[in-house]
Amino acid sequence: MMAAASAVALVLVGVLVFLAVNGGPAVTAGEGELPAHAKNFLALAGPLAFGSLWVAVIALALASLPAVGVALAATIYAPSPRFGRFLGAVLDLLAAVPSVVFGLWGLMVLAPAVVPGYEWAHAHLGWLPFFSGEPSVTGRTVLTAGMVVAVMILPIMAAICRESFALTPPALIEAAYALGATRWEMVRAAVLPVARSGIVAGGMLGLGRALGETMAVAMVLSATPSLISFNVISAENPSTIAAFIASTFPESTGAEVSALIGLGLVLFAISLVVSLVGRRIAKQGGLR
Amino acid sequence: MTATVPNPTAAGQPPAPTAPTEAASLAPLASLAPRAAERLNPAAPAPGLPKAPGSMSIRDVSCYYGSHLAVADVSLEIPGRAVTAFIGPSGCGKSTLLRAINRMHEVIPGARAEGTIALDGADLYSKGVDPVAVRSKVGMVFQKPNPFPAMSIKDNVLAGLIIRGAKPRAAAADELVERCLVRAHLWEEVKDRLKKSGDSLSGGQQQRLCIARAIAVQPDVVLMDEPCSALDPISTLAIEELMRDLARDYTVVVVTHNMAQANRISDITAFFSLARAGEPGRLVEAGLTADIFSAPKVTATRDYIDGRFG
Repeated sequence: MMAAASAVALVLVGVLVFLAVNGGPAVTAGEGELPAHAKNFLALAGPLAFGSLWVAVIALALASLPAVGVALAATIYAPSPRFGRFLGAVLDLLAAVPSVVFGLWGLMVLAPAVVPGYEWAHAHLGWLPFFSGEPSVTGRTVLTAGMVVAVMILPIMAAICRESFALTPPALIEAAYALGATRWEMVRAAVLPVARSGIVAGGMLGLGRALGETMAVAMVLSATPSLISFNVISAENPSTIAAFIASTFPESTGAEVSALIGLGLVLFAISLVVSLVGRRIAKQGGLR
Repeated sequence: MTATVPNPTAAGQPPAPTAPTEAASLAPLASLAPRAAERLNPAAPAPGLPKAPGSMSIRDVSCYYGSHLAVADVSLEIPGRAVTAFIGPSGCGKSTLLRAINRMHEVIPGARAEGTIALDGADLYSKGVDPVAVRSKVGMVFQKPNPFPAMSIKDNVLAGLIIRGAKPRAAAADELVERCLVRAHLWEEVKDRLKKSGDSLSGGQQQRLCIARAIAVQPDVVLMDEPCSALDPISTLAIEELMRDLARDYTVVVVTHNMAQANRISDITAFFSLARAGEPGRLVEAGLTADIFSAPKVTATRDYIDGRFG
């Protein structure tokens, strides 16, 4: 046990040292040495960090309500325990689909399918910064990537929500019913307040997973790595750190490789903060 | 019978000087509300006389868990504005029947009840009656105090209204909260910390908070499922006083394992029992509490009251 624990810690430290040693030189690298024609490391990392967070936040926003809904359907609203278990199994299957498969699906099925929706959104909601500008004709936008990642993080979020809903004290459920609550009113009064920290923790874990998602985003997104834009339907999209590393690494040498490893360190730091915050919130709620 | 009286002085520590002794505190209890026994006799209700509001009539009620029959063929008159106690050994179905009265029984998956339970003549089990509406007319207090932990004391009192999106405006809400907390004998203890969580109260205070919460939605009937079994003797006494007091305005039905308590607080006592484990519980005998405890008609009742079983 202790050996396994120290091995894990050792690997973590090893990764950190690797990232710092190999990525460090990139911080001082100047124009011409960095990929994507960036002037300095900050100009490279900034837009990509934005892209990573932006895609992850979109995915989180899209997945939250469905995750809570599915978790409620599997617990409180399940007509029988068997139905709840069935729904849980479906979610586990969804979690088992490889990232590449989601990427292919997003690229070939989802992206063309959502183009009419983007045109409609641009025509009617174009006054919002998210939908201004010419919509993409391929559908390979930040929003599409966010949708794909949303599907991918749904299982983990729903699983955490389901776990915390199932922990609702029966006494509180009865208290709400005895006051004349309908099922939905009971959920709002007894289930959701108690499970709030569990829902937030699930969201944080989902966010962490979305930040690290590489393959599906790299395949779906048609990206301009130096761009910072809140437009979610245009042909010009920011890239994410993970997708940028994956797509740029094969033709990189010297300082460029160093820069990519430095980007890895940035992503590592962002993910670490997100998961630490998630753990803290989960701990407050009495979950693991 | 006296063997089961929870004597506050026998609770493991000497009572505080201000703690009321049982005898001293029961005297004012009697003066709080005249026993309904002086007003009515449910065994033979005088024909033509109007029943007190909130009276209930249970007819041929059977309760099931799936295919398991838990309570069989209960018929019982529950007088309005009085305290009715359900007593009997474990597994006799008294709690199940209580939960059937406000249709909480059917919340458990697979559970259902048959027969009719009428409140002021209207059957709560007839087709088209919404169980949600029944539960706002027939409130319930549980064995373990269960205030909502995420709500303040004040919001807990208003919980029934908040849940339904019918929270009154500030002044009306304050007035209602004070009225219900006064009615639940809790106002003086919490009036300076209404914004605090209900979790910060003692068990007995939490239970009175739950009673305040139950009466805030203005029910006709308050059901109590062993409301004192998780409480210490002093808190128990406070709840008992409160139950007598509540019976002035509400029909109170209480399930209790404590026969001395049933004797102290109830006007009507219904004794339930079961032939053996696995058999359905049945109503053995019901009547004025004084009669049930002094001269039970059925041997099983006398044996139970005398402490020979259960």
